[in-house]
Amino acid sequence: MRPMPGCRIFVSGDEAVAEAVRLARPHVISAYPITPQTVVVEKISEFVEDGSLQAEYLHVESEHSAMSAALGAAAVGARTFTATSSQGLLYMAELLPYVSGARFPVVMMNANRTLATPWALLSDHRDSLSQIDSGWIQVYCEDAQEALDMIIQAYRIAEDPRVMAPIMVNLDGFLLTHTYEMVDLPGQEEVDGFLPPYRTENKMALDDPKTVCYAAMDEYMEFHMKQELDMRKAPAVIAEIDREFGERFGRTYHGMVEQYRCEDADVVLVTLGTVTGTARVVVDDMRKEGHRVGLAKLRFVRPFPRQEMMEIAGRVKAMGVVDKDLSIGYEGIVFTNVNSSVCDLASPPPRINFIGGLGGRNISKQHIRSMFNQLIEMAGGESRDRIQFVNVGCEHNG
Amino acid sequence: MDEKRATNARELTNTEYLYGHRACAGCGGSLALRLAMKVLGPRTFVAIPANCMSAVSFLYPQISFTTNAMISPFPATGAVLSGIEAGARALGLKDYNVVGFAGDGGTADIGIQALSGAIDRGDRIIYVCYDNEAYMNTGIQKSGLTPFGSRTTTSPAGRNIPGAAGRKKDMLEIVAAHGIEYAATASIGYPEDFLVKIGKAAQCGTTSYIQVLSPCATGWGFPVEQTVRMGKDAVDCGLWILAEYENDEFVLNRKPREFSSVEEYLRKQARFRHLKEKEIDFIVANRDRKWAKILKNWRN
Repeated sequence: MRPMPGCRIFVSGDEAVAEAVRLARPHVISAYPITPQTVVVEKISEFVEDGSLQAEYLHVESEHSAMSAALGAAAVGARTFTATSSQGLLYMAELLPYVSGARFPVVMMNANRTLATPWALLSDHRDSLSQIDSGWIQVYCEDAQEALDMIIQAYRIAEDPRVMAPIMVNLDGFLLTHTYEMVDLPGQEEVDGFLPPYRTENKMALDDPKTVCYAAMDEYMEFHMKQELDMRKAPAVIAEIDREFGERFGRTYHGMVEQYRCEDADVVLVTLGTVTGTARVVVDDMRKEGHRVGLAKLRFVRPFPRQEMMEIAGRVKAMGVVDKDLSIGYEGIVFTNVNSSVCDLASPPPRINFIGGLGGRNISKQHIRSMFNQLIEMAGGESRDRIQFVNVGCEHNG
Repeated sequence: MDEKRATNARELTNTEYLYGHRACAGCGGSLALRLAMKVLGPRTFVAIPANCMSAVSFLYPQISFTTNAMISPFPATGAVLSGIEAGARALGLKDYNVVGFAGDGGTADIGIQALSGAIDRGDRIIYVCYDNEAYMNTGIQKSGLTPFGSRTTTSPAGRNIPGAAGRKKDMLEIVAAHGIEYAATASIGYPEDFLVKIGKAAQCGTTSYIQVLSPCATGWGFPVEQTVRMGKDAVDCGLWILAEYENDEFVLNRKPREFSSVEEYLRKQARFRHLKEKEIDFIVANRDRKWAKILKNWRN
């Protein structure tokens, strides 16, 4: 790793995001407070106040207006940032396809928190996964360093002319947003070198007036085809930008999916977000005991890494998917997406959906070990329930 | 000639900034926008939420605005305008206007939260409510600015209910209560008054609000050549008040020496044709109570 003029700091996930936003130099920040996102917007407000971030901070009166103001600012070619969580994300849901359809590269941090009712404050992925069809790129972070790095990478990805799509950077509420870790903080010059100012033709301009966010009754489908075709280019762009980030900053995140000890694995568990950290420890423990287990850290849910999922599934004897969400009446949303990829294999491996962590319910090392044990047994030819609920207090039938 | 300062018919530019749209014959809303744009000029960013004006002028590839323009989400006009202004300010743009044209429902109902937030922030934006007194774009449904007794498709007049039961929210007082720097009401029946007010709004360094009565031949039910006449009659009979809120006080701009007939104004419109005498008396009594309050409290 190259010597860096930056420094190491001890920060929470929220603070790491705020530091990254400062380094990314957005023109406009518009946000409405919601737990557990608040530290991000408080910290950014301090940066604007003390002048370390030269930006307009808009105190909006709702999440709907937070994203609407970001839309307006992006419409004149400004770099924008907002952050939300849970009910707030759903309150701005109208704006998500609006912004992506207009091809504005808004970057948003979402602190993953469950949805009411019953009311709960802790983390699961029901909020963001309910919005996977909105045309936004979705990335999930494992730790504070990745959160900081992904905010910076997010602007490059979103603003890339080949992609032109907004990005939602997801951090598990409290588990990541409020947990303190040592983080490498890059210097401003290094970030400026990686992330140039945003330039676009897709904007309203005084010297070249145009209309954005218009109606297109007859051409609607063509506009969305273009959006889809560009989104399909995103995985290659994401990998390219991640590689360049690695060269400049000494850290990479392996593009769409990080495979951890998957090379010779018999069984693989697919995870999203912070539960990955716990699962890494379990993989290491079980490897020491001689079990050939591996981990596929799903980083991006949109666009979905279909090829990678097929490739991993094609090599293993059983596959588990951890979902911290539930599409009530069916199964976990990640499971549905993994299934639709791997079912195209000639003989896909048997799969289990482990649904847990709803409303912040703990998923411990012991729970993950139990998941691997079941996958190992299934790899040995035994049958297991397709959907399993982890650490739940009421009885259920498989 | 500085087009931005032209606020009377003689000085007004012949350049059109809203042209070739698909509005109904006799549309009062499109006239309000067309006139306002002639005052604001080419260096203007326009945001329009869901309403007749966005429906008739933004259909790709036949865009009717020659300036920068966008459709904003329905509830979000105030917030989108703030975003445009903040972005333009941060990018260092100079000498431009940011204007929104929302309908009565887009302002007083679904858009009131975003409007309130924008006024509170004090961003340099012009918010124009073109008030045609119902959701005309979706087929004449009642809004929070539909006047008492008006027949709409969701407030049908029958044996049991005489049309809309609401009293029409007083948006001028609502925005004034925010401590806004400049707010005004206008009518396309008095175009020069409207042009002057748009000009003042453009000069105002913070958020300004103008509510312009924009009669709708289709929704109100009058002959298409009577639009401007209707806008004038509404003022002359005292049901629509031309006023400003400036320097922390309300100012009455036009005080008819004698009101013209309310009944005559109402009878010209299909939406009021069902009203009985006692309902018309009620409308007149409300008018008189409002005017008594204005003459007592407002500068006039």
